[in-house]
Amino acid sequence: MPSYHLDHLAYLETEAVHVMREVAAEFERPALLFSGGKDSICLLRLAEKAFRPSDLPMPLLNVDTGHHFPELNEFRDRRASELGAKLIVRKVEDAIAAGVAVPTPGEISRNRLQIPTLLAAIEEFRFDCAIGGARRDEEKARAKERFFSFRDAFGQWDPKNQRPELWNLYNARVNPGEHMRVFPLSNWTEMDVWEYIRRERLEVPRIYFSHRRLAVRRGGQWLPVTDLLPPKPNETVRELVVRVRTIGDIISTGLVESPANTVDDIIAEIAAARVTERGSRADDKTSEAAMEDRKKAGYF
Amino acid sequence: MLPGSHPIDILRFNTCGSVDDGKSTLIGRLLYDSKNLMEDQIEALERSADITGGGQINLANLTDGLRAEREQGITIDVAYRYFATPRRRFIVADTPGHVQYTRNMVTGASSANLSVVLVDARQGVIEQSRRHTYIAALLGIPHVVIAVNKMDLVDWSEARFREIREQFEAFLPRLNVLRDVKFIPISALNGDNVVDPSPRTPWYEGPPLLRHLENVHIASDWNLEGLRFPVQWVNRPHAPRDPALHDFRGLSGQLAGGIVRAGDKVLVLPGGLRSTVRQIHTFDGPLAEAFSPQSVTLLLADDLDVSRGDMIVGADHLPGVGSDLRAKLCWMHQKPLVRGRKFWLKHTTQTVQAVVTTLESRINIATYDEEPDPPQLLLNDIGAVRLQTSKPLVYDGYAQNRLTGAFILIEPGTNLTVAAGMLQPPAELYKPEYTDFAI
Repeated sequence: MPSYHLDHLAYLETEAVHVMREVAAEFERPALLFSGGKDSICLLRLAEKAFRPSDLPMPLLNVDTGHHFPELNEFRDRRASELGAKLIVRKVEDAIAAGVAVPTPGEISRNRLQIPTLLAAIEEFRFDCAIGGARRDEEKARAKERFFSFRDAFGQWDPKNQRPELWNLYNARVNPGEHMRVFPLSNWTEMDVWEYIRRERLEVPRIYFSHRRLAVRRGGQWLPVTDLLPPKPNETVRELVVRVRTIGDIISTGLVESPANTVDDIIAEIAAARVTERGSRADDKTSEAAMEDRKKAGYF
Repeated sequence: MLPGSHPIDILRFNTCGSVDDGKSTLIGRLLYDSKNLMEDQIEALERSADITGGGQINLANLTDGLRAEREQGITIDVAYRYFATPRRRFIVADTPGHVQYTRNMVTGASSANLSVVLVDARQGVIEQSRRHTYIAALLGIPHVVIAVNKMDLVDWSEARFREIREQFEAFLPRLNVLRDVKFIPISALNGDNVVDPSPRTPWYEGPPLLRHLENVHIASDWNLEGLRFPVQWVNRPHAPRDPALHDFRGLSGQLAGGIVRAGDKVLVLPGGLRSTVRQIHTFDGPLAEAFSPQSVTLLLADDLDVSRGDMIVGADHLPGVGSDLRAKLCWMHQKPLVRGRKFWLKHTTQTVQAVVTTLESRINIATYDEEPDPPQLLLNDIGAVRLQTSKPLVYDGYAQNRLTGAFILIEPGTNLTVAAGMLQPPAELYKPEYTDFAI
């Protein structure tokens, strides 16, 4: 007697594949945001599930802040070429040079500068849809966002004026100049992502696993020591056995002391974890409404 | 959870109640007591408690996510929460109870397996409770829990609990689609009967809420009778390097009902073309059979002209095909709906033009009375309407299939989603032209 019932990963997968195909069918010029991070690695596998044996019907797009982990960019480029996908990279540096992105004097972080860079890329290629790997369990503002999240001509999200989203009927209609952000992993949790990576045997960048790294203690976190982030004289610097749990820029990604060397180890570690994934991201700690503000301005 | 332990599934539920019934507190309590809260979340709660709550942790702050609604103190939109127990994963749609937010509850309820309707034990059944129960029935939610909250404020009175249950049971028969309704006495604030059984309700023999959520049988919530495969995307490789793929023409989609097997005879509607399923293709290799809601790609034996919006169905349990439709509508826009207005109508994978030809009635969802011939439907009104579409839909009554019986209306120009629609069963089912089609 066969069981006509999907387990949680199969359910999340079929939902996400449905969303991917809606994008391919409803939009003229979609793009898929691919950073090389674990969530977008899942997105790529879902795209393969949705579209093979055809080529992926959309290019990959990445905004390079210039503060990326080098391991991540290497992985991004290799993975795109393995899949035979077109990869478009737009750099914050170039956006600054072109006057599209304007840095705040004294601010090292390029987190905010990703926004104008991304919007400029969307305009340049006239993308009407960008698929992203954001999940609702990450953060309170994201918890209220739709699978198909409408952006006006300025790229802004208006949380109080979202289209109701019913059943699996996604309203994909946009006028010229407007676009949609689509989040197939909306209903996935951090644990689901890692279980899916295990089930699908997906490769992830090495920095997710345990390695030795020089770290500086700042703001209650261990941050990687690099040229961009030299330790100040009074700060503690240690060589630690660490991994990253979530990847942001190299200057703001907290390192987690961890011996986890395999995906199984990571899953066991998350199951026992006592802080959320974004607890290790300095960019989210700024204020309780940090994400809400960035999203309204056009963040991922 | 241990790596590699038994498969677990997902239960989707929504919570509804009036403004102060304690919905957000209940969800906060479920997360808190089932150890699904992390230290940084608890820290954030404690930080906001110092600022706004005089030091008292406010569990509602966990779900009232947007700054705008924390300021107003009400949940203004649907928020989704995720938690897990060793038995199940849960997706919670926290839907606001404020009177003008019917639209949000309909949204949160549309994909739910279960609804938790909160009632304040002091107030018992109020107009809102009747509304929420009506919407749960309208949206075809298979399971309902009536959580009688704030039992601590009525001294854990069994008589009061029974009285409220009788109030519900007086009108539930009018909503005959609600077959599985459970009543649970709780205190969300103190945690009684939420995750752990309460010592204060020795007279209550049922499980606490979470145990019920873990055990409720949802395997039969998907419709497995009658194949419904809306073609979503035609998979045709351009200039493939592999010569075997030159003739590959796959029909990709998510099963909206039933089961499909390789070798099945099928009909493509509304055209009525016939073929046989040659292969069920997936990235992970061909399948012998697939079932709703799996996403697959079908290869047919014949090279037919099939495109997005067509529906592949099996030989039995045929759907209706038509462009003159009757439906219940939840109107979601400030601008009232009047007869004669034109919209885009999205149903399964196709979008067609539609005009609302008749407003048959407005349903008073507090009294369940139908008021005939309303001049208009206002924001948050639910009504019965007739529509005419520019192309025929292949559909089922919503009560038979939630995916092939549902649609949304989109306003041209603004592109806003202005209504959720639930189709009445077709007056007659599709009749195949050739009688030899029957196997």
